[in-house]
Amino acid sequence: MDFGPYLMLATLEGAVLAAVLALMASGLSLVFGVMRVVNVAHGEFYMLGAVLAWWVTSMVGGGPAVAFVAALIVVPVIVGALAAAADMTVLKRLEYDPERTIVATIGLLYILQQVTLMTYGADARPVVPPFNTRLALPWLEWSDGGLHMFWPWGLSTTTYKLFVIVAGIVILSAVWAMMRHSRIGLLMRATQLDSEMAQAFGIPVERVYALVFGIGAGLAALAGVLIVPIQQAHYLMGGDALLLSFIVVIIGGLGSLAGTIVAALLIGLSDGIISVFFSPTLAKIIATLLVAFVLVFRPQGLFGTRDR
Amino acid sequence: MTETQKILVLHVGLIALLFALNFILPAYHHGNLARVMVLATYAIGYNVMLGYTGLLSLGHAMFFAAGMYGMALSIRHLGFAPAPALLVGIASGAGLALVVGLLALRTAGVAFMIVTLMFAQTVYLTILLAGRWTRGDEGFVIQQHERVLWGIDLSDPSSRYLAALTLFAICLFATLNLIRRPLGRVFVAIRENEERARLLGYNVFRAKLFSVVISGTISAAAGASYGLLFGYAGATFATVQYSIFPLLWVLLGGTGTIIGPFLGALFMFYLIDLSSGVTNAYMLIAGVALVVLVMFAPQGIAGELRRRIWSWLP
Amino acid sequence: MSKSSESKSAVSRRSALKTLGLGAGAAAALPLWARYSSAETAAPIRIGFQKHATGIGAAYGRWYDRTSQAAVRLINEAGGINGRMVELVTEDDGTDPKRGAEVIEKFATQSNCDVAFGTLFSHVVVGSAPRAGELKLPYFVVSEGHHVASGMLNRYTVQPGITDVKSQVQAMAPFVSQNLGKKVTMIFPDYAFGHDHRDFFTAAIEAQGGEVVGLIPIPPTETSFTKYFPKIPRETEVIYHVMVGPGVLTFVKELGEFFGPSRPEIFGFIDSLEAVDLASPGLEFLEGTYFWEGNPRYAQPDQTEYDKHFRAAIGIDENGASINDSKDVSTYAHMFGCWETLYVIKAGMEAAGYAGPQDRAKLIEAVEAITTMPHSNEHPQGAKVFNGKTHQVFGPQYISKVVDGKLMVVHTASIEDGMYPDEVDYTTQAL
Repeated sequence: MDFGPYLMLATLEGAVLAAVLALMASGLSLVFGVMRVVNVAHGEFYMLGAVLAWWVTSMVGGGPAVAFVAALIVVPVIVGALAAAADMTVLKRLEYDPERTIVATIGLLYILQQVTLMTYGADARPVVPPFNTRLALPWLEWSDGGLHMFWPWGLSTTTYKLFVIVAGIVILSAVWAMMRHSRIGLLMRATQLDSEMAQAFGIPVERVYALVFGIGAGLAALAGVLIVPIQQAHYLMGGDALLLSFIVVIIGGLGSLAGTIVAALLIGLSDGIISVFFSPTLAKIIATLLVAFVLVFRPQGLFGTRDR
Repeated sequence: MTETQKILVLHVGLIALLFALNFILPAYHHGNLARVMVLATYAIGYNVMLGYTGLLSLGHAMFFAAGMYGMALSIRHLGFAPAPALLVGIASGAGLALVVGLLALRTAGVAFMIVTLMFAQTVYLTILLAGRWTRGDEGFVIQQHERVLWGIDLSDPSSRYLAALTLFAICLFATLNLIRRPLGRVFVAIRENEERARLLGYNVFRAKLFSVVISGTISAAAGASYGLLFGYAGATFATVQYSIFPLLWVLLGGTGTIIGPFLGALFMFYLIDLSSGVTNAYMLIAGVALVVLVMFAPQGIAGELRRRIWSWLP
Repeated sequence: MSKSSESKSAVSRRSALKTLGLGAGAAAALPLWARYSSAETAAPIRIGFQKHATGIGAAYGRWYDRTSQAAVRLINEAGGINGRMVELVTEDDGTDPKRGAEVIEKFATQSNCDVAFGTLFSHVVVGSAPRAGELKLPYFVVSEGHHVASGMLNRYTVQPGITDVKSQVQAMAPFVSQNLGKKVTMIFPDYAFGHDHRDFFTAAIEAQGGEVVGLIPIPPTETSFTKYFPKIPRETEVIYHVMVGPGVLTFVKELGEFFGPSRPEIFGFIDSLEAVDLASPGLEFLEGTYFWEGNPRYAQPDQTEYDKHFRAAIGIDENGASINDSKDVSTYAHMFGCWETLYVIKAGMEAAGYAGPQDRAKLIEAVEAITTMPHSNEHPQGAKVFNGKTHQVFGPQYISKVVDGKLMVVHTASIEDGMYPDEVDYTTQAL
């Protein structure tokens, strides 16, 4: 494939990854920002989102579109409730101590993986996308003294992939609006700034924490539901997603939602674009080292203001 | 007894007990304990950073793998004997730790975790990329005749056990000695309050770099020994999972204790081994055990011992 | 030392133990040899089954388990081995080489297994085999890796039930070059298994006058694939793909989306879709493409009685799915290897007059002496030729075309197509 069309294809693929990553990472960032908790089980909430989406779509009749919408609504709520329950039964009792919460969430990770393996099984299972038309994309070429449009071999995307990009933008805008303009958002921001002060002002910090943990997990689950028609639900899918969203959160600057989103775009697009220039594994190595060096030379992340 | 004597009695006693077990353990547990001692050495290396200097790394598998591959590749491709190969492995780990330390120590906290994770991921992918020499994920066998160290066949159960015990004992006493020396005290000062350590005039960066290099070297020694004792080198040992393991062992056994890493590795090994005999869902049991332990024994096993009985435990 | 003196000493140990009247508790504390020789001959033969119950191999592990359980049930119904019942001792290895080696030790020294069996993933085999060799525990792998025949392993590791990747790949090249095209682009996982495909197929297709025009290795952690497909050269006549792991369905689906209506010929190893329903959404484009199959998943019009027998015993319908759940698709192209391996163990133990662990060396020699295995209920995939020197079996390979959403066999590669010169002679190693 020519260079131009290839770059466009890689950018489109990168944008899909970026959208999903931004959703998932903003959940992780929210939890870290407000609660100062590194949630290692975050990838498993993403996995649960995908697995439950398969479950819901295979239970609900009325065609793939109806089933998918049902999953989009029901699944994040279930996962969010589960996470909130885990917060109240386990994390609260650890007093959110950083090291202990890491061990506890690793434990949670094992539990969620194993329970999924025992109930859902080891197979990768597909969900039918609500719509999925292949769109061949045109490219412009300068030939015979004029600009001509043509359809290069393989340059295409699907309507569903475009939908994922749009859905990512819409959901993130909603989250941003909630943080900025709603009462819940205000409580969260107050707790993030100073939880003791917030407590003194009568904010139910414990309930805010449970809510934040639930919303964070819900966002990961939402990302899982959106990705499952493209990639299949599998009980080990959380691991790599967790690594990527960790990277995004740190690069973006801890607890900064805007930074997280920009970083997701950066990571998603660079993953696609670097693969244009290098052999695949070498591209992964370069992308990984790039992240490491960004942090080495800018430890607060690209958009963080200070090391907290 | 003074505290120093008590400490000496406990640790020498542990090594003596492990030595005695060589002669009485049934074959299966004998083999397991040899493995656990090598893994515990890895955890001891990890504990130097996490337990004594307060540096949480998520990429220690790269040091373990550097040791393993430094050793195994020099046997496979350069025809080295085990002793120099072991040294190559340890030196690879030390060199890698120096480079990683110089770069990663510019960061702190969560950024440090991610930077170490990324470097480890790079090492893992590089092993795959160099598949022509490493055979990638499949790895390769170090044949029995290549594992004869000074006339001792390391594939013999008793030799393997004693070799593992020697490695474990050296690293145990080395770290015990380290934390009682000035350098070790600086480590602890940094763990407790880095800013104050700096104000007191210590070169914090240099001390942390020492910590990373010592930790990486011990981990590499464990990796090189593991390959040599069990005859296999593979990329699996460089995956994230093998960076998480020492973290778990140390946290379970007790951060900042000398015997904690051993107790943690032993506990996790038998937890998985015994529960996998009862049910297929042993990961579930391991997960629940982690949550329960962290809720009710937050200091880890040795930490609880220190809190309840042996306040002098180092 | 001759074998007769070995078995004599084992007997004397046993009688010594009996006269001493040691209890079971004391026996547990004794070294390895003592506990083994106290085993009664009427006790069942214990086969340690190293199962990928968790980790990336879990989908295979489930079907390897079902197949093995069915074969053991049939063997026992027919009177067992040497008059003794057979018992599978299953341990999960987590698809991890470290745990795999630990499981081998457990079989040999804790759970009193006579042999170990059943591993698929190459890294687990390579990580476990040194321990099996040291413990002198016969280790029957069902892995299709080239590690056994390459000479990397040891005298106690045998692969008598499934062909290896070198043989499979080599047998495919004539068909590909004669029927699909000469210019091939290969898409494969960027690790040892994929590299074997790359190296062996490149050599084999060049021998046929074809060439590999593009190589696209995919990193193992990858979850999306479209961005790599533009690297496929335009001149490509045939795409050769082989992928393993949970991402396989995404891979195949995205391949279809990439090409749309104008695809080149596509030839894949069924590994890319093992345990995946061909009727999954997005796979419609596979119509008219070709697959290597170790054993045809869909019952063919000329289905043999042996294949019927095999399917019925495990509970698999004519589409290769569980009879209880048509969505539960088997790993049909690989799992016959477990079945056939268990029958090889049976044949070997009978030929060796196997009575207990003291006869393990005799068992290895008996298996090495096997040369041919006829197409039968014991070997439902086809007739086999076993090479006792390289410890590797050779058998037929199937190439199927997707017709109306089903895989129909269009070519059967002969045993000879997959033969290659020996790379090792394990029989020269000490037992």
